[in-house]
Amino acid sequence: MILKNKDVLGLEELSAEEILGVLEIASRFRAVFDRPVRSVPIMRGRTVVNFFHEPSTRTRISFELAEKRLSADIVNFSSATSSFSKGETLRDTAENLAAMKIDMLIIRHGSAGAAHYLAKVLECSVINAGDGAHEHPTQGLLDIMTMRQRFGDLRGKKVTIIGDISHSRVARSNIWGLNKLGAEVTLCGPPTMVPGGLARLGVNIEYDLKKAVADADVLNVLRIQLERHSSKSFPGNREYHRMYGITEDVVRALKPEAIVMHPGPMNRDVEISSEVADGPRQVILDQVANGVAVRMALIYLLSGGDPGALGGG
Amino acid sequence: MEWSWQRIPSEFLVTDVKLCRQGKLGKRKGFLHIRKGRIEGLGVGAPTAEGIPALDGDGLVCAPGLVDLHVHFREPGHEEKETVATGSRAAAAGGYTSVVTMPNTDPAIDNTGMIRYLIDRGKEAGRCRIHPTGAISPGREGQGMTEFGDMVSAGAVGFTDDGSPVASGGLMSNALKYADVLGVPIITHAEDRSIVGKGCMHAGYWSARLGMAGMARAGEDTAVFRDVELARAAGAHLHVAHVSTKGVVEIIRRAKNEGLRITAEATPHHFSLDHSRCRGYSPLFKMNPPLREPDDVNAVAEGLADGTLDCIATDHAPHTVTEKEHQFDQAPFGVTGLETALGVGITYLVNTGVMDLGRLVQCMSETPARIFNLPGGRLEEGAEADFVLFDPTRKWKVVADGFQSRSDNSAYLGETLIGRVAATFRGGRLTWRAES
Repeated sequence: MILKNKDVLGLEELSAEEILGVLEIASRFRAVFDRPVRSVPIMRGRTVVNFFHEPSTRTRISFELAEKRLSADIVNFSSATSSFSKGETLRDTAENLAAMKIDMLIIRHGSAGAAHYLAKVLECSVINAGDGAHEHPTQGLLDIMTMRQRFGDLRGKKVTIIGDISHSRVARSNIWGLNKLGAEVTLCGPPTMVPGGLARLGVNIEYDLKKAVADADVLNVLRIQLERHSSKSFPGNREYHRMYGITEDVVRALKPEAIVMHPGPMNRDVEISSEVADGPRQVILDQVANGVAVRMALIYLLSGGDPGALGGG
Repeated sequence: MEWSWQRIPSEFLVTDVKLCRQGKLGKRKGFLHIRKGRIEGLGVGAPTAEGIPALDGDGLVCAPGLVDLHVHFREPGHEEKETVATGSRAAAAGGYTSVVTMPNTDPAIDNTGMIRYLIDRGKEAGRCRIHPTGAISPGREGQGMTEFGDMVSAGAVGFTDDGSPVASGGLMSNALKYADVLGVPIITHAEDRSIVGKGCMHAGYWSARLGMAGMARAGEDTAVFRDVELARAAGAHLHVAHVSTKGVVEIIRRAKNEGLRITAEATPHHFSLDHSRCRGYSPLFKMNPPLREPDDVNAVAEGLADGTLDCIATDHAPHTVTEKEHQFDQAPFGVTGLETALGVGITYLVNTGVMDLGRLVQCMSETPARIFNLPGGRLEEGAEADFVLFDPTRKWKVVADGFQSRSDNSAYLGETLIGRVAATFRGGRLTWRAES
């Protein structure tokens, strides 16, 4: 058994061995992508529900693609069509889902802790596709997979996460996973967007972008969530771009092997300039492809898939 | 404690009890003599009066009936959470004989008719004395003042927009001046909402780790500071509700040293629990002000011990099961407290050596009654016969179906507390008796 629990709620709960085990399986699935027939019939007859209580395009499509490539039966639920607008509690939703006898639930929810709650009350496996500003473990895994493709072992590697840390579930999943694999994490952003409380998780906090990226191997650039910030915490896009935007100037000063990542969707010329977004340092499309592979691996492993049955990568 | 009376007579003795009064627990056992709802006499040893029926107190502690300056009984408007009747029953079960109700009902308690209504409902329920507060502003909307004078003559004991802060310093200043002439305090729910924002728990390590919006201490500290300075300027009595930060304890300590008329309360949850309790996302640990850091918890406990904080008030805030089944950030603020307060006080303050039982009882009865000028809260000749008998060593487990309150949203569910109420009397009448 690569995964010990029935659910994947966050990288906080996964051990280094589990993370590496999942990534190993993901890399074998990644190899399937280059074949003419990209699906494998492993999940035939199993039902996966994608329950997205918050708008998402990228993550939802990535999950759906992963499920389709495993030949699962898929049901999509989104906030516009669910009963949430009528004030149904999460518990009622959970009980309804349980009564429908599904095999797996993928949940995206605006409230931190929502996936944990459902995992506790449901017998089926639950994968957290993002809970509030808490965790987004599949994003964390795909980020780590992408870094490992470049650097192999991440021990001692320096990863700088830049942007709106306070609202970022991507940042928290990166912190947990990278710490477990021995990387050194630095958080960087305007002080109104970097909660000082996170220092206790064993990360560096540096408000000066130049210092924060000086010996970085990886820049993980977060989306600035303009819609979540009142103007009071953030002077504006122009100021942000000048102080924290990843531009050609910033990239020129990086170590030669350093890479630039972004979880998408990008605000071009706010947190990242178009030159960098399309430039030689970025690995953004690798991230997207790895995302599908990581999600396939998790779904496969949680459904009791045998790692040995997949053959070599 | 066993007795076979069908009814409590109008004159009786309670014997073999340790009297706890004026901050001290008697070493020797003594008695209480009740006559027509008042305390006729009390003392150590055996009573000299003869031919009066007696209850054997069995070595229990006999203390003044507890007085809570901060409860939410939800009536009118949210009777599904609590009513004056169910809240009074919860109060009696917790050893309380007087409670001060907050005006954030629906509609708000902002006129004389509403004050009278609550007092009448309390009399009908009969289990504890209901002392309503009125809202400072009509509808608690922060615009203008309610009719303080009229409400005081109907029985209001203070004014507050509790549940919401008074955002306007000008309104607060006027309210302090105006209430002072009427001899009642202004109770401040101190919170700067522009600092606290959409926070749902204390801003610190745990909110950062759990990914939840935080409520900074400064939101409470700066609001208390403003109101203390307004009270200084007005020379008025300001009562600070539910103190939760070390900063506020320090502000109040300084204000008292300067001789200002500031009083303050702290809740059981703020001197016993810290923000790490939120780690499982249970809304049973969601309250406003939020559970804070261990040094705040210690500062609040120390503040109670040294008298900086005058009293313990529960901020009893019942909510239905359904509401507390929402996700943490969506669930309402507040937990119940009346039925656990004494046990939490003994478990977390007395048994940890922060204060002795005499001081705890004083913080829960004599002092709150004195600072709000309420009847009861005293064990002395001629006083109302409001008293509680409890066993300070009895262990009990807090369970959801063990509450008299209509709601069971307690932060102590599943915990074992030490110290349990055996019986409560209000005006010489039995209002609660625990099953043995």
